[in-house]
Amino acid sequence: MSDMEKRDEHVFRLTRRKALKGLALGIGTMVLPAKDASASVWESFFQKNFRELGKSERRVILERLEKEYSARYKKPVRVKDTGPIEGVLYGYGLDLSRCIGCRRCVYGCVTENNQSRDPQIHWIKVLRLAKERGVDLEHSEQYYNPATVPEEGHFYMPVQCHQCENPPCTKVCPVQATWKEIDGIVVVDYNWCIGCRYCMAACPYGARHFNWKKPGLPAGEMNPETHYLGNRPRPVGVVEKCTFCMQRTREPDGMYPACLEVCPVGARKFGNLLDPTSEIRNVIENKRVFILKEDLNTQPKFYYFYSV
Amino acid sequence: MIHRRLVLACFLVFISLSVFELAEAARREFWLTPPKLESDESYMVPPPPFTEGIFPCSECHKEMTPNPKRRELTEEHTNIQLKNHAEKERWCLDCHDLKNRDKLRLVSGEQIDFTESYRLCGQCHGDKYRDWKTGIHGKRTGQWNGKKQYLLCAHCHNPHNPRFKKLQPKPPPMRPENIR
Repeated sequence: MSDMEKRDEHVFRLTRRKALKGLALGIGTMVLPAKDASASVWESFFQKNFRELGKSERRVILERLEKEYSARYKKPVRVKDTGPIEGVLYGYGLDLSRCIGCRRCVYGCVTENNQSRDPQIHWIKVLRLAKERGVDLEHSEQYYNPATVPEEGHFYMPVQCHQCENPPCTKVCPVQATWKEIDGIVVVDYNWCIGCRYCMAACPYGARHFNWKKPGLPAGEMNPETHYLGNRPRPVGVVEKCTFCMQRTREPDGMYPACLEVCPVGARKFGNLLDPTSEIRNVIENKRVFILKEDLNTQPKFYYFYSV
Repeated sequence: MIHRRLVLACFLVFISLSVFELAEAARREFWLTPPKLESDESYMVPPPPFTEGIFPCSECHKEMTPNPKRRELTEEHTNIQLKNHAEKERWCLDCHDLKNRDKLRLVSGEQIDFTESYRLCGQCHGDKYRDWKTGIHGKRTGQWNGKKQYLLCAHCHNPHNPRFKKLQPKPPPMRPENIR
């Protein structure tokens, strides 16, 4: 045996036959998922960023998602892509002199927006603060659990996404999977998000949450009225956040957000900032209002106020 | 010259009077009417929260002779106790009408329906009434840009004991170290 032939036994040589074999194997594995009814794996893999999609492309994607979710949750699921309403800029008001810290809003939000029950994700965090310290976040407590609320000497401050006019979270996204819509709502395209969590680090309000695991969402509790950029079921490894219940509010006869509707003391106000007769404008013009971490120039559209 | 001044003065008085009247009319309108929408007639209001089977009050009261003397009720309505609502200064007939039991009574003597009870409460709680009318005080549900429902004062506050009761909070979030 010559030296050359001896070396051939140890060194891999790509021949025409081997290359064709490999190619066939590769194509075979690619086509394989198509057989067991999850063709959507490849379709979603090659899906473009939501903002680059045309009307017909969107319809195809929404139909595919509806089919997928309906099968998974065993009920007809609707996925909308309703756009912003012209002349509307959403604003939210929260009355700190009324809030009693009962956390009804937290769980109302979880039910409406299909958050993961296990592992637990809450979009609203209610902070308990001492009256004598005022709004001092360093001494806030979110795990308070007395028999009844409100407690003597304390007040409560729910924090959720502030829908900043100048959002730090969207600037740091390396793939532009999150952006601010013209009605002021900051949204995430869950199909485009790569899960790097830069936005979570950038958000000064702790308003973004990461799906470390496949979200645990029981089929019976799943809300089938969903929005592509809002409360549709999320995959593992993406960031999610409050969207002012866009599946409810972004309609010509839009409903109030779910957190507002469950509040037992009427501390939550919502409306169009561009409409001078709206409740939220009334609050801003007539009451003592402050925004959280004003010094960061995030310009939130979430206003804390005192009605008394 | 004097003539002209007189005319001017009369004119000014007339103008200021009419402005005053307009403002007065607006004020009356504000205090006498429920919140209104520009787009349609009014908001939806659920019926007043009566105890089951108690209304109309005249059902029982029509056979009784009204007794306007201030006293403690020992036979009927013993479950109603005025609390945290100036109970020393006030009793039933300050708000309920003596003759027509199905009506409430304002300080002016005007009789109003139970569906208009906000006007009764607004007599003392003017600031809350103002805020309620503009949607700051109280809860509105329904459509943020369409048909809404507002609540009467008595839907949230028991008129005989208006302070809110304490609530049991929903469970706190899990600590991150316990989330697996």
